[in-house]
Amino acid sequence: MSKITSPEDLLKIKNDYAERMKLREEAQDVTPAKVSGLNTGTKKIQILCCSSVCCLSSKSGEIADKFCQLAKEQNVTDRVDVIRTGCFGFCEKGPNVKIVPDNTFYTEVKLDDVDEIFKTHILGGKRVDRLLFEDPKTHKRIPDSKDMNFYRKQMRIALRNCCFIDPEDIKEYIARDGYMSLANCIKKMTPKEVIEVVKKSGLRGRGGAGFPTGMKWEFASKSVSDVKYVVCNADEGDPGAFMDRSIMEGDPNSIIEAMAICGYAIGAENGLVYIRAEYPLAVKRLKIAREQARKLGLLGKNIFGSNFNFDIDIRYGAGAFVCGEETALIHSMEGKRGEPTLKPPFPAVKGYLGKPTNVNNVETLANIPPIFLNGPDWFNKIGTEKSKGTKVFALAGKINNQGLVEVPMGTTLREVIYDIGEGIKGGKKFKSVQTGGPSGGCLTEKDLDTPIDYDNLMAAGSIMGSGGMIVMDEDDCMVAIAKFYLEFIVGESCGKCTPCRVGNKRMLEILNRIVDGKGNMDDLKKMRTLANVIKDCALCGLGQTSPNPVLSTLDNFYDEYVAHVKDKTCPAKHCQNLLTYTINPEKCQGCTACAKTCPGNAIVGTPRKPHTILPDKCIKCGMCMSRCKFGAISVC
Amino acid sequence: MEKTVTLKIDKHTVTVPEGTIVLDAAKKVGVDIPTLCYINMEGTAVKSNPTSCRICVVEIEGRKNLAPACATACTEGMIVRTSTTRVLNARRIVAELILSDHPNECLVCPKSGKCELQKLAQRFNIREMPFAGGELSQRTKEVTAAIVRNMDKCILCRRCENVCNNVQTVGALGAIKRGFNTMIAPAFERNLADSECTYCGQCVAVCPTGALSEHDYTNRLLDDLADSDKIVIVQTAPSVRAALGEEFGLPAGTLVTGKMVAALKELGFAKVFDTDFSADLTIMEEGAEIIDRLTHFLNKDKLVRLPILTSCCPAWVNFFEKQFPDMLDIPSTARSPQQMFGSIAKTCWAEMMGIPKEKLICVSIMPCLAKKYECSREEFKKDGVPDVDYSLSTRELAELIKKANINFNSLPDEDFDQPLGESTGAGVIFGATGGVLEAALRTVYEVYTKKKLANINFTEVRGLDGIKKATIDLNGFPLHVGIANGLGNARRLLEEIRTGKSEYHVIEIMACPGGCIGGGGQPQHHGNVEILKARTAALYKEDANKKLRKSHENPYIVKLYEEYLGKPLSEQAHKLLHTHYFNRAENE
Repeated sequence: MSKITSPEDLLKIKNDYAERMKLREEAQDVTPAKVSGLNTGTKKIQILCCSSVCCLSSKSGEIADKFCQLAKEQNVTDRVDVIRTGCFGFCEKGPNVKIVPDNTFYTEVKLDDVDEIFKTHILGGKRVDRLLFEDPKTHKRIPDSKDMNFYRKQMRIALRNCCFIDPEDIKEYIARDGYMSLANCIKKMTPKEVIEVVKKSGLRGRGGAGFPTGMKWEFASKSVSDVKYVVCNADEGDPGAFMDRSIMEGDPNSIIEAMAICGYAIGAENGLVYIRAEYPLAVKRLKIAREQARKLGLLGKNIFGSNFNFDIDIRYGAGAFVCGEETALIHSMEGKRGEPTLKPPFPAVKGYLGKPTNVNNVETLANIPPIFLNGPDWFNKIGTEKSKGTKVFALAGKINNQGLVEVPMGTTLREVIYDIGEGIKGGKKFKSVQTGGPSGGCLTEKDLDTPIDYDNLMAAGSIMGSGGMIVMDEDDCMVAIAKFYLEFIVGESCGKCTPCRVGNKRMLEILNRIVDGKGNMDDLKKMRTLANVIKDCALCGLGQTSPNPVLSTLDNFYDEYVAHVKDKTCPAKHCQNLLTYTINPEKCQGCTACAKTCPGNAIVGTPRKPHTILPDKCIKCGMCMSRCKFGAISVC
Repeated sequence: MEKTVTLKIDKHTVTVPEGTIVLDAAKKVGVDIPTLCYINMEGTAVKSNPTSCRICVVEIEGRKNLAPACATACTEGMIVRTSTTRVLNARRIVAELILSDHPNECLVCPKSGKCELQKLAQRFNIREMPFAGGELSQRTKEVTAAIVRNMDKCILCRRCENVCNNVQTVGALGAIKRGFNTMIAPAFERNLADSECTYCGQCVAVCPTGALSEHDYTNRLLDDLADSDKIVIVQTAPSVRAALGEEFGLPAGTLVTGKMVAALKELGFAKVFDTDFSADLTIMEEGAEIIDRLTHFLNKDKLVRLPILTSCCPAWVNFFEKQFPDMLDIPSTARSPQQMFGSIAKTCWAEMMGIPKEKLICVSIMPCLAKKYECSREEFKKDGVPDVDYSLSTRELAELIKKANINFNSLPDEDFDQPLGESTGAGVIFGATGGVLEAALRTVYEVYTKKKLANINFTEVRGLDGIKKATIDLNGFPLHVGIANGLGNARRLLEEIRTGKSEYHVIEIMACPGGCIGGGGQPQHHGNVEILKARTAALYKEDANKKLRKSHENPYIVKLYEEYLGKPLSEQAHKLLHTHYFNRAENE
């Protein structure tokens, strides 16, 4: 590959790839009336196989291999392209496979289905209906992802390339106008102008706190130093969140380009990606992208023939949640213990190795190239007054459509849960939605019409966070949920400051007492006091937000706490130690099935006569209840 | 002109230089904000404000959260409130949290009465422990020859980690594990004894609680004193007399030499001798070595390397053995005063007195914890018996005096026993940084130039600065001397030597900030640098008051050479007064 020195060179690559990309781009916009098939007149077909970690773990790699093998066997490799893309987002029903140009979206594809897809669809021009997504409400099969509720309300900016291009081919990225933003910045703009664009766009940090990105860049640019650093924070740590991983796996070049733009803006020649070592595929793709970018001269010396030099180094994190906090992250990169330090000094003044450092999260960076391609005004028009653009959420929990979704700011929680997520699993009742990960809070029905943005979520008692969104239904005990998050925090606290290290531990002990039926009303008071002090006094963002799950559940589900403490019951019937299993003698037939299955030998009685449960021996496993054919056993 | 900012702290308006922390600004107007993890000994390298304990939090108008006063810089127009309900409540709860993970062993804790956490609990009037009863973090206990770790008492203030890594650059202690399981330990949870630890004891000196303390030999000493079969003699290091009084409520810097001797006699020691005597002896040997090496050097002898480094400090010896094994030939081979004393006492003196060796117990009172370890080094034993049987710290001596119901402050002054209690002013100043070198210069100058010194006060080598340097005119030869206190400063000088950039001919190194007066076995200074200054001044005062102030003029030293050792660096002197060093680096 020869080096790229001008925007024209980029356009040349784009031209070379035009036909290839056109096929996909057109399919994205309009669904052709005809199902494509080689034997029915379609000239070229592309098979897009999701190759993110989730789908790969369900054998999407082998599925793609099989498609390649079949194409070879049928001697149609010149007409069939198998493209291994990043995440489609519809992880609930992976592996996902998309056929272009007809835009057919297959879900839960198994290795055994490949033959049929190839024969019937790729060759025969007929869809394999059973692999199409079935609408949970209408039970209709939906062939095109555009028509699925899951995708309809989404708007993909950060994820724009994720299920579209081959992340291991930089030219596909370039064909999507990749590196054009960098070229324009370097060739046509001063660093100050670059920062102005970011400021004007209204982009705020997607890592959690929502600090205006342009301002952050400006601070770093104003620091005078011989060496500065651009750091990409890829230390995604919220339980269940995988937004950043998907972006790194699906579109690594967008991160590299954005980092280079930032480097140009703040005057840094060194980029560092801090990524957790348990993201091996993301690391691999990032390395491939970096290698290809270096070969094309998009990283290295004199980028686009200018005197701007920039390159990227990768640093691995050991998976500590606190290392997502920027000062802790910087210490970890320095080879020190991953612990936060007091700000100020901010990294923009004194960061990595004591030099001015700008730290941005992966998703934040992924928004940068489109902002320059489409202009800050375009971005600024999306979203709410104070939160611009879109936000990616990892939708999980008791929801029909789990997966990765990107919606414009201002979309309501209800839209995300009921339209995109298509409601609660099994028709159960919605109870709460948790946003912001361990630092966030649990919101309720009353908050569902809140337009999602940084300030609204904060006002409602939660935070935007990095984008975890977990939906809970009536079976979820909110005390246990609070306990779950607190356990996470206690495990992930760095142990530096007293409130977080000891305070959260003590709070967890109180919660454990409560779910064991040993709590008292004073405990609730104590917990709130403790939570407020931790919030007020902890050293870093992790500590300061760590009591949020407890505080928000105390605020929104106080009755549930009281039930645990006063009545010693768990309304959601979740907390084992608070459950009482009883046999209704009128219904019991004395079949002995329950007694036989009871692992604690807690059920006694003579055959054909009603049995009883000995409360002292009952370990509350619930096996008797699931075994009873007569519905004689109940729990309360 | 220095830029200043004006701010409001409670009802006070105060103007301070830009960059001043809220804590210091508050102090200026008499507002005493409690601290725990914070330590700052101005003028030394000891400074730690990890902002981790959160005891010093204050309310700052316009800020969402409470801010740590120990690290928040004052800004123009800032409004600080230090005693609102919110602040007081937060501080109390933070203290209660710390106490909830602390064993209630105050009654039997070596730090009781001097514990900063205890003091805080009293200040906050904590009478209940609302968060007690939960899990206690399991933490290591370890007993080494010098330092005892009871890490269940650790409150993770990180002061020890800071001095060990940033001040001393030893790197033995650091935080490992995380969350509630965080503990301060050597890497991979090894024992301190297997780590880079030099036993300098600075971790003990700064530890606010009973987590780090000295290995206590007081009970062993009481047993030995009670044993009629044993003859127990004692030597006391120069710095002890300048600090011991603090344990009895006397102002820092009160010289209690006479009372200390009286107390030791009352405790039942057969003889009370002075390490200052062997300090003089050290100067004779080390001084001779300096002159010898310098002479060879000036004669262009390629086999001789300069600078020559002092070797009195056992933590310093540990440091270069573990971290600079390529430079074992540079330090003087002279043993430390403690070991020279033990060697002479158990040979020459015991023979003179006709005391069988097995009956003689030689004890030292030291400001130092590394000395405890030094006693146990194999090369300082004869037939398995240490020259110095064991060493007690200044603090242990104070405890012992209290235990023995001796009313220290009303004791009459008594004199050391002779001959090993005779000393010059040169021996006394060994306790302060720069003191060994000054003592050496007094002798080297006169012996080398064969001229009398007009002014024997080398004031340019005195003071608490981390690295000091001076040039002395030796018959026209400019002798460049350097002094480092604190192992971090020592490292800087050693790196210079390693890279061939050192300008010095003679270097004095003491491991502890301020020298032995700031040793790990001294009464707690609780971060107050004025205490170190007062102790230093006391030593120079004692020196000034001495009739004899040059080691080579000590009559008993002169006699010792005439009758027993021959001359400095003689074969006998080498056998009894010199040592060799070992490569104890881990990966080499």
